[in-house]
Order: sequence, then C-alpha cells, then structure tokens
Amino acid sequence: MATEDKPAVSIKDMLKREPILSSGHRMCAGCAAPTVVKLMGMALRGPTIVCENTGCLEVATTIYPYTAWKIPWIHVAFENAAAVASGVIEATKVMYSKGRYEHEHVDVIALGGDGSSFDIGFGAISGAMERGHDMVYMCYDNGAYQNTGIQRSGATFTGQETTTSWAGSKIPGKLERKKPLAEIIAAHRIPYVATSEPYNYRDFITKFRKALEVEGPAFIHAFSPCPRGWRSATGASISLSKLAVETGLHPLYEVINGEEWIMSGPSKRIKELKPVDEYFKTQGQFKHLFKPEWEDFRKRIQDQVTHDWELLKKKCGVD
Amino acid sequence: MSEKYNEIPMAGNILEPGNSEKYKTGGWRAEKPIHNNEKCLWIKNGTCGRCWIFCPDMSVILTEKDGKYSYAYNYDYCKGCGICATECPTDSIHMEKE
Amino acid sequence: MSVPKDKITVEGLTGDAAIAHALKQADLDVLAAYPITPQTIIVEDYQRFAADGEVNAAVIPVESEHSAMSACVGASAVGGRVATASASAGLALMWEILYVAASMRMPIVFTVANRALSGPINIHNDHSDGMGMRDSGFIQLYCQSSQEAYDTTLMAFRLAEHHDVLLPVMVGIDGFIVSHNVERVEMLPDDVVEKFVGVRVPIQNLNPNTPLTLGPLALTDYYFEFKEQQSRAIMGVPKVYKEIEAEFEKITGRKYGLFETYKTEDADIIILAMSSMGGTAKVVADALRERGEKIGVIRLKMFRPFPAEEIAKAVGDAKAVAVFEKAMSFGGAAHPLAVEVRTALYEAKERPMVLDFVVGLGGRDVPPTTFVDGIEKTKEYLKAGKAPKYETLGVRK
Ligand code: SF4
Ligand code: SF4
Repeated sequence: MATEDKPAVSIKDMLKREPILSSGHRMCAGCAAPTVVKLMGMALRGPTIVCENTGCLEVATTIYPYTAWKIPWIHVAFENAAAVASGVIEATKVMYSKGRYEHEHVDVIALGGDGSSFDIGFGAISGAMERGHDMVYMCYDNGAYQNTGIQRSGATFTGQETTTSWAGSKIPGKLERKKPLAEIIAAHRIPYVATSEPYNYRDFITKFRKALEVEGPAFIHAFSPCPRGWRSATGASISLSKLAVETGLHPLYEVINGEEWIMSGPSKRIKELKPVDEYFKTQGQFKHLFKPEWEDFRKRIQDQVTHDWELLKKKCGVD
Repeated sequence: MSEKYNEIPMAGNILEPGNSEKYKTGGWRAEKPIHNNEKCLWIKNGTCGRCWIFCPDMSVILTEKDGKYSYAYNYDYCKGCGICATECPTDSIHMEKE
Repeated sequence: MSVPKDKITVEGLTGDAAIAHALKQADLDVLAAYPITPQTIIVEDYQRFAADGEVNAAVIPVESEHSAMSACVGASAVGGRVATASASAGLALMWEILYVAASMRMPIVFTVANRALSGPINIHNDHSDGMGMRDSGFIQLYCQSSQEAYDTTLMAFRLAEHHDVLLPVMVGIDGFIVSHNVERVEMLPDDVVEKFVGVRVPIQNLNPNTPLTLGPLALTDYYFEFKEQQSRAIMGVPKVYKEIEAEFEKITGRKYGLFETYKTEDADIIILAMSSMGGTAKVVADALRERGEKIGVIRLKMFRPFPAEEIAKAVGDAKAVAVFEKAMSFGGAAHPLAVEVRTALYEAKERPMVLDFVVGLGGRDVPPTTFVDGIEKTKEYLKAGKAPKYETLGVRK
C-alpha cells in the first residue's frame, strides 16, 4: 500500500482507497464489525500488519482457504494479540536495522472483541501498553461473547440478557456494571486513548489516524452492534451506534497521556442525554426490563448512566 | 477441497489476499436493496455515499465516469441487511423480498 | 575444519549462563521472556549483554509466559530469529501457545530449565514440565551438561529454521542440577558461530509486500491435512539433525547423537535415562561392570521426535531396559518415557523386558544407589519373568 498523507474521510477519498477487507466474509448480515474494519482501513497511512484475537471477526473473515484480509494479518489465540503485536513490532525494527526487513516502519494494529479485550486478554493489553510498544490496540465491542453464543463479558451492559446472564423471574439480566476499559487503559498514561463507533465515521477515522500517528501505544474502544446477539434489526446497526452515543451508553471522548480528557464533537453537542429506554426498546436483549417488576432496576441503570455522564463531562471540562 | 496435504500451503497460510471474493454470500439474502436514482446525492453530484461507507459487505458500487455518476449493487455478496436503506438520507433505497 | 585451541574461550559456566552465551552468539532478533526459577539467569545474563550493547536484539520483558510465547510467535512470523526461556508453571502457562507455535511452523528456540510442576509448588528438577508439552509439536532435546546446553542451543537454531523442518525446538537442562552448576565450557569464537548458525531465511512471513493471512480457521475440511504436514515435518527431524551435528562435529569435535550409548553392545541390562541422570548412570554401569554385571546406558537426548527405530537397534539383544524417568502420567499404562520405549521395542524379535522406574520427582536426589536398586529389581523381575508396569524409587512408602 502506498504511503497515505491523510486519512480518507470524504466519500471521494474513500473511493480512491481499496477497502482492506473484501466481500465474501462470513460475518452475519448487518454486523457492524466489517464496517468498523473498513473505516479503520480509511485511516491507514502506509505498510500495516494486523494481529487479531480469536473472535467473530477473526473466525468469519478467515475461513480456510479464504481470507477477506488484503493486508498482512495474523491470528494466534484468543487473548494475546497485544503480545503478538509486541513481537511483530520489535522484530520488524531489529530486522530492519540488520538489513533483513524492507520497511523501516510498519504500523501494527492489534484487534480484539470485547471478550478478548475486557476479559481474557486484558493482562496482555495492559502489559503491552506498559511496555510502550508503538501499536494501536482496537477493541470492537459488541457487548458479549457473540462468537461462542452470546455469553456475558466485562463489556456487557447492566440489564443486558445473555446466555450466561439470563433474564429470569428473579434476576433481570446482568447485574454488574460495564468495566470502564478505556478509562483503565488511559490510566496507563499512554499517549492516546479514544472511544469511537461507526455512525460518526469521520470522528472514527480521524481518531484512528491519530492513534497511528502518536509515538507509543494507543487504544481505541470502538462500539460495534451485533444484530444476532442483541436481537435488533439487521439494518439498525449503524443507527444503534448513534443511539448509544446519544444515550450516554457509549460516549465519545479522547484521553491524551492519561490526563487530558477531551469530549468529542458528537458527544459534546448533546444538550441532554436521550433516555436509555430509547436504546433498550430497540433490542430483544433488553425487552424484559420493561416488565413492571424491573421498573426500579431500569431507573437505577438510568441513574448510573447519568452519573457516569456527569463525571465524564467534569473530566472533560464540559458543562 | 480435494487437495492433499502436500498440495496446500504450510500451516494453513493463505497466500492470496482477499480471496474470500470467491465465496458468494448473496444467497444469504432474504430481502434485497433496490436503489432509485431520482433523489440520490451520489447520482446528483457525487456526494453522500453513506450506503457505501456503512455497507458491511462492500456490496455497494459507486462509480464515476466523465462526471457522470452511477450506482449499483453487487448482489453476489449483498446479504440484504438493510443498513444502506436505513442510513440513506434521501430514502433512495428500499428493501424488497427476494 | 576444526577451530584451533587458542581461538576457543574456556570458562566455568552454569548451564543457564552457557545457554545465555549461545543465545548471544546466535544473533537473535527478539527474545521475549518472563522470570521463573531456575531459568531466570538465562534472561538476566542476556539482558546484561543487551544493556552493554553486546547484542543487537529486542528483549521484550513480557507480563507473563503466555505473552512470552505469543510475542515470540509474532516476532517469528515476521521472520526473526527468536528465543525464549522458561520452566515449570511458566511453561505450563505457555501451553496453549506452544501448540500454536508448532502448528504455525514457527522456528522458535525455547530453552527450559526443567522443573517440577505444582502442586505442591516446588522449584526443583524433574521432567514433568517437558513431558507436559510432549504432544505440543515441539522438537525436544534434553542436555546432560553445560557444554551440551551451549552446543545444542546453537544447533537448535539451525534445526528449527531449516526449511524442511520449520518447527520450534525445546532445549532442556535439569533445573539447578545443570542450570546452576558451574562446569567447564568451551565456547566458539563469534565469527565461527556466525558462520555456523547463519541468518534465518524466512518463507511466508508477515510482510506488507506480500500480504499473507497466517493462522486462519481451518475446519473439518482442511485441519487434518495441516496436521499431516506437521507430523511429517517432525518425523523428518532426525535426518536434518544428523546433518547439522556432523557439521558441528567438524568444527568442535563434539557430537551427541539422538542419544548417547555407553557400553550397550554386550549389555544384558540397559539403563535408559535422560539429562543429568545420564552421568550418574554411566558411573553406576562402570561400578557394576567391575562386579561382572553387563550394564549399559542409553542417555536419550532427542525425546521428540522419538527415535524409536534407532533405540530398538541400540537395545539389540539386551534382556531388559530399565527406564529411569522423572515424570508421571498419572493413571497411564506406564509413564511417558517408558511408554515410548515399550512401543519402540514392541516389534523386536526378542522383546526385552522394559522396567519403568519413576525417580527424582520434585528434585528428590537420584544417587547411584537408586540405580543399583533398580538394577537389582530388574534382575529379580527377569528371573521371575514378570514385572510391575511401573514403580517409584526413592520415595517413602
Ligand atoms: S443490504 Fe446490507 S449488504 Fe446489501 S448493500 Fe445494503 S448494506 Fe450492503
Ligand atoms: S446513501 Fe442514499 S443518497 Fe447517499 S449515496 Fe447512498 S443511495 Fe445515494
């Protein structure tokens, strides 16, 4: 791939680039993850290698003998893309210095779903961030272990029903709150952390490019709707990303060096959050919350989201 | 799929980038997107392109030739998710049962 | 051509230090490792070489052994020369990635100071870690001395990176017994090592010029074919190893073979053991021969692939093979080494009796008397014409 001076954020520029993922992949209809990858591709600036954790995206894009990837790609296991990427980065640098690798610099991206990023691969990410390898780690968060059949993860929302957090007569889905992964990674004081989602695609691409450009590790938490697991309309995935921002469930922000918090445009423009009910209504996985017995529980979720939103505004200096 | 062990690359390595294009996913479709040129911003002046940007299956084909813009779908891969129809700001796309 | 004596550096080195020197001379690109006793010195020494600018390699001080092996796979996939080191629980934490490293055909050199697995937690030597990874697809070479560890580590890169092989290699030394014991080691001059190990020539690596997909999903239609490839690759290892060792012998005069034989030609009873036990076994054989007992020793170096035919040939007409091994496969028909040996000898015309003595677990001393004890039992069993499937020696019972 030729070196690209700037990311493609207009349709004209995007069409000039070849998407890094080709058709014929076997992600479910309406899954947002391939779009997330396509947008990622619009941000690339030169030679790139992708290291990916096991997950929906990994499995469904590389079913032998077919691959949807048009750039160098490696998968090793579920929980170790950050560690694999560490090895890739250091090897390219040393080998270049010995005249055994052509590229002086390769952008290395580690990719993982929420299960592999929030849970099982968390230690590997933390280690890689602490060591300061110049990589971008992107988590595409579809809110559960969708690949293995919709089990709860650290990224699952409170109240969300999964096959390991059932909505029963006694328990209304997941009781615990979502792990604030981006904040935890920001606490590593790495140069760049951002949250994103595909609806605000310019914001997404611009942030991903920034993540590539900073020296040292960067982390992107990308929201990625999953119609199958969420029991939502296949055509709604992009609009649900938008709604997640508008309800404050997935606010958009950046954190520079772990200390400078910046609210991103789409979140900054919000005068008042939309009620989380609007989001919940769109998906079968939250249907039970509208039963009268869970009225209070639903209100508590709203309070929590509002509280977190206020806290974020304060950190970002927004009133 | 008839290759013997020594007729395929080592370790499952896939040597041909993007060869998933040989695998057609159009058959998954229950509904198909139909596009109407009339109000479409791409056709009008080569702007918008939201359907192309959001399509998870790279199945929207936007082309330009001598200042003329044209629109098509690649139904070999389109899974009929309806994202393009939902995200079109001008209601230029509707879904039809297959 | 043999290296002149005055060009050779002689030093008293522990097994760990000897390996660290070999790694330094092998001109690694990446070493990723995590500390664990008794392997740690390998990484500490190597880090010191790095701190003093004596090596041009990236050292990745990962946050776990799982990530150590993962980073090695990443670096190896780029085409680098890569090594790591571990033991025991650390090796066990790598377990998942060991299989992936082998199946992705990554020529990683993995030096191990073999140590007991928990629990109870125990830092001393046995072979339960190595045996735990026996089916991972790694080549396994167990060494008896610091010198052998140095030599084998150098040869391991040639073996791993050979295009007919492309498999990871474990180089094992007995924890503490060899890893921490100072022995005389002859080291080759840098330029000789450089010439011998050469530079890795990767094929199908991660490279933006030719975008490959490595590590895809392969289901019922292809998975088995990749396993067939892998199995054939490892079965071809002895041939390549012998070629490499012949070259090494020309330079150094040293060779070890797939296994070492000691007075086996006319032996009635052959002791078969690995690693540091080989030395003790030879002493025992000599002592018993003075009493007129025909005892021989096979000290096995290459456990994977297991040189079954060669072992059968070396056993020849012996009446019994007394296996002394430092690992258990709980509930197995026998323990790992004896299972291999029994299988190797199954086709023999005069099938010898194969005794399985489990010894030395958790660093329990294996003195000459333990071997003598085993030999005495072997003689009894030969007389009786039957023997237990296995026995533990040196345990209070
Ligand atoms: S229906 Fe879905 S897959 Fe088909 S073109 Fe529209 S967005 Fe793409
Ligand atoms: S989203 Fe609608 S208006 Fe925009 S280019 Fe596509 S069809 Fe035309």
